Amino acid sequence: MADEIVLLDFWASMFGMRVRIALAEKGIKYQYKEEDLRNKSELLLKMNPVHKKIPVLIHNGKPVCESLIIVQYIDEVWKDRCPLLPSDPYQRAQARFWADFVDKKVYDVSRRVWTTKGEEQKAAKKEFFETFKILEVELGEKAFFGGESFGFVDLSLITFYSWFHAYETFGNFSMEAECPKIITWAKRCLQRESVAKTLPDQKKVFEFIVEMTKRLGVE
Amino acid sequence: MVEEVKLLGMWASPFSRRIELALKLKGIQYEYIEEDLKNKSPLLLKYNPVHRKVPVLVHNGKPVAESLVILEYIDETWKDNPLLPQDPGDRASARFWARFIDEKLSAAVRKVIMGEEREKALEEYFQLLKMLENELKDFFGGESLGYLDIAAMTVAFWFVNVQEVVGVEPLTEEKFPILDKWICKLQDMDVVNECRPPKEKLLPHMRAHVEASQSAPK
Repeated sequence: MADEIVLLDFWASMFGMRVRIALAEKGIKYQYKEEDLRNKSELLLKMNPVHKKIPVLIHNGKPVCESLIIVQYIDEVWKDRCPLLPSDPYQRAQARFWADFVDKKVYDVSRRVWTTKGEEQKAAKKEFFETFKILEVELGEKAFFGGESFGFVDLSLITFYSWFHAYETFGNFSMEAECPKIITWAKRCLQRESVAKTLPDQKKVFEFIVEMTKRLGVE
Repeated sequence: MVEEVKLLGMWASPFSRRIELALKLKGIQYEYIEEDLKNKSPLLLKYNPVHRKVPVLVHNGKPVAESLVILEYIDETWKDNPLLPQDPGDRASARFWARFIDEKLSAAVRKVIMGEEREKALEEYFQLLKMLENELKDFFGGESLGYLDIAAMTVAFWFVNVQEVVGVEPLTEEKFPILDKWICKLQDMDVVNECRPPKEKLLPHMRAHVEASQSAPK
């Protein structure tokens, strides 16, 4: 029986991008369905009734939700090729810990950088740099977070790269200047076809955010 | 090589207690180290510099932090009595609901505690709890305790107490028959009772915690 795989997603979502990279790494064919987040489809509401969010992977009719959970699912189902998580339990625990750190810290603090102004934004920027400093220390001299090869933690963080130009512009700083090791690492990740083909253009993401802030009346 | 397993924990923390239950279910010998969270030990700061939280499992000198990450580590390292299901779809589901408890359900409980629009907050909490209840069979893990039952201990013994502490409608057998039956089953299990703080100690602790968070400057 041929596998039927559908991905409900939104082009600018750094969470959705994680799943697209994982699918590309494994060479899995799937149907991509773009969601209008202001007018969510019946299918999305049915497949993710709890959170009503993308991404959702639908594998032979059964939904899997939450980007990092989906990536682990993909790794476990298509375990014959291109492992995304290490095989050693301790290394796996470290990978899960750091991906969880990205989820808990990076998204929230990044969001505050572009949605706030004045003192609030100043505090957000400080926390943003502290968070990325921690990541730089964890990366150390390694090529990737997982060591010599691209893996789970790299995948969970690299998708934020497409939003860097937006953070820089709204926050009035340079990622290259503040977090040079992260930029070097990001460029290394971008050499992978799965990443290069998945990540949208930074300018496009920036324009989308400008649109969104106008609509939300943040400006 | 002799296995050396240490757990840095705190008696009232549901996250810490999860790990104790997992270790006991697997029959793993460990040394328990109680942390004073108001005066964190150099050991804790050394083993979890990023979050400085409990629980931290230290296995042969190597630390693992974050309770759900620790649970999976334990399951993968000591393979007897598996905690997570085998099927990838079931594993994804268990992980999904564990996160749901820790994130969405927890946030709803916090809203109930904070007291603003309590009726509405409680209704939202009950709606979310119903979603979780719908996942329950005999246990979340099927016929026996599994990863999600361990994570859901937070609901059985902490969230339920919140309702009592704050003085709102408790989790009744009428409203949540399946959840109630599951909690009763847990209360009958020695291994679970060894891993949860006695109610008479936990309730005043939670009461103090709730009072502190209600009066904290916003």
